[in-house]
Amino acid sequence: MRGEPLAVVWFQGAGCTGCSVSLMNAAYPDIKDLLLDEVVPGKSITLVFHATLMGPTGRPALEVLDRFPGEAAGDYLLVVEGALPTRHPNFGRVGERPMAERAAGLARGAVGVVAMGTCASYGGIPAGAPNPTGCVGIGELLRREGIDVPVVNVPGCPPHPRWFVETVAHILLHGPPRPEELDGVGRLRAVYPDLVHDNCPRRADFDVGRFAPAFGAEGCLYELGCKGPYTDANCPYHEWNGGVNWCIKAGHPCIGCCEPEFPDYPSPLFRKAGAEEATGAFRRSG
Amino acid sequence: MRTVTIDPITRIEGHLRVEIQVEDGTIVGARCSGALYRGLEEILRGRHPLDAQRITTRICGVCPLAHSTAASLCLDDALGISPPRNGQLLRNLIYGANFLHNHILHFYHLALPDYLPADALPGALSPGTDEDRRFSREEARKLADHYLQALDMRRKAQELVALFGGKMPHDMSIVPGGVTYRPDPGDVAAFRFRLKEIVDFIRGVYIPDLLLLARRYPDYFELGGVGKLLTFGCFPLDGDRLFPAGAVLDGEPEPLDPAEIREHTARSWYRGNGAQHPREEEAEPDPDKAEAYSWIKAPRYRGEACEVGPAARAAIALARGPGGFREAAGELLTEAKTGPERLSSTMGRHLARGMEALFIARAMEGWLAELDPAAPVAVAFTLPREARGQGLTDAPRGALGHWVEVAGGKIARYQVIAPTTWNASPRDEKGAPGPIERALQGTRVSGDGLLEAGRIVRSFDPCLACAIQ
Repeated sequence: MRGEPLAVVWFQGAGCTGCSVSLMNAAYPDIKDLLLDEVVPGKSITLVFHATLMGPTGRPALEVLDRFPGEAAGDYLLVVEGALPTRHPNFGRVGERPMAERAAGLARGAVGVVAMGTCASYGGIPAGAPNPTGCVGIGELLRREGIDVPVVNVPGCPPHPRWFVETVAHILLHGPPRPEELDGVGRLRAVYPDLVHDNCPRRADFDVGRFAPAFGAEGCLYELGCKGPYTDANCPYHEWNGGVNWCIKAGHPCIGCCEPEFPDYPSPLFRKAGAEEATGAFRRSG
Repeated sequence: MRTVTIDPITRIEGHLRVEIQVEDGTIVGARCSGALYRGLEEILRGRHPLDAQRITTRICGVCPLAHSTAASLCLDDALGISPPRNGQLLRNLIYGANFLHNHILHFYHLALPDYLPADALPGALSPGTDEDRRFSREEARKLADHYLQALDMRRKAQELVALFGGKMPHDMSIVPGGVTYRPDPGDVAAFRFRLKEIVDFIRGVYIPDLLLLARRYPDYFELGGVGKLLTFGCFPLDGDRLFPAGAVLDGEPEPLDPAEIREHTARSWYRGNGAQHPREEEAEPDPDKAEAYSWIKAPRYRGEACEVGPAARAAIALARGPGGFREAAGELLTEAKTGPERLSSTMGRHLARGMEALFIARAMEGWLAELDPAAPVAVAFTLPREARGQGLTDAPRGALGHWVEVAGGKIARYQVIAPTTWNASPRDEKGAPGPIERALQGTRVSGDGLLEAGRIVRSFDPCLACAIQ
């Protein structure tokens, strides 16, 4: 049955717009397909608010945002990009009001919340120590505010556009994910199925101990600080930007950008991770 | 007098609030407020110096290569190294591709809707107003088609970055000493093919659309001027830069002296008045500071608020840059029926982006031909315990500087001054407005000023995530 398109409110907090740019890099379906066509048979989305792309500006733009939740309660999906500062209302404002307050208000009436990127999922870069502005992800903010709305995390700095498309397709087909469909850190299990290390094309080098001694050299990047052994992401088989390249193919160690502790746990980014780190808190079982 | 608040300013990067005072149909005053503070300079303190390479890249998802480039220059300087020629060619190719992405995105998706009919685009993308629309129905339809086509072209430009840069956004290849990726001959072919397609688009679609806009809105060559210009130059190779550094303070180009930069904080939410050189700068946030109205600091060069960006690059390159640029720029200025003195204007900035997009794309074809897939791409280095570094480059949006101080093997201080820090800066302690504030002042407006102010502000391509880190 063909229903109304699912309205999407895209709210940006403490971020860099990289997640939006990444989504615009989607291919098959590309961004035009997502905006103009059905995402899965009979189901489509309609973008109603996105500050980087929308036509109206100033008051007319704010009026769109202020319509939610209102009468639309229960009829829209909220996508949050960026973390939410909580230490002081002045650290981040949109339309005169604190970002965290707006994000919580929008989430209250949403059918579900997609946390797009590591910042929205777990705090990410702005929550890096010493977290000057008290940034948190949207899930943590809603827990603190006692707002009970399903949240699904799509971490990555930025996330691969495919991870977002897969998550939205899931929501259109099955509704917001149930707790049992999520892993221990709020991601759809199907979207973050294994470690970078499990499918790494340089895995054979790791297994025989052939390590690259410097940037631009052949071999496994573990000694240069690669966090692939501890990072859940399917970059090795989807690759990036239409499949032209990705971090490890480019000779750059994985920096663990999808992990809840990014950027603190993987830091120093270019130092070999020790065995003790491999058994630490960041290594979660599904 | 009426005060109109524009918040949020959409179709830019990040969170900007602009307040204008309108009296008798003229903007008599303006205030730019950056509305988000993350504290990345604080977050970098105490970390391993190489972390800055990847963390500063993440200041901005639209122009990550700008920070990646500035950070690598800054760390190269601190480490006393420079990349092998092949590594520099690759850095330039990666960075050039980011310029192409930026300018296509800015023209079609951020700026053009200001001139298209109310319902020209799908759904929420449509501008929703028909005020001062001058394109014929046929022209508007064609431009709307190009808006959609440009979505593909900007995606391909991102693929161009990723081919040698690992991925986009947030490249994973540029490092101190060079790049990590050694392209194979197949990558060179893939790069050439995509670049050619983008060059064809710039030449055959973007430039003609730009000239059409300039023909329909020639009055915007008279609006939004600043006059004082500053550029750090960019794309170094063999001891030179494709775009030279320089400043225009009194009408004549002069060489750049980086010692003349100061960051003021009199009206910004930081303790004290600032006026410090970024090498020595201490700026603790103070979100309750009563006399402040922005998270953006106020950088000044020789005490002046300078516009940075494509107009500044073009002005200096026309005076001291390569002949190829002077020719290309001259042609476009003639076709647009304007002159170099109008570069610092709403339409002049758009024109300057177009002229440099084609020029950079051609330079990239040259760099690609010089690439040697067998030659080294990076030099090895050892990290000093104590060091200082400075990395200056132009970003697509203008002059960008990174400064680092390493103490005990860790980052003791990291300072960034980004293009929009210059352009969207608030007043300094002398009360002198920032460039966008000045550009708005004196503008005749038809209604509440939302239309004209939006067009003028967007011509600077503001990026707030860069402006306040």
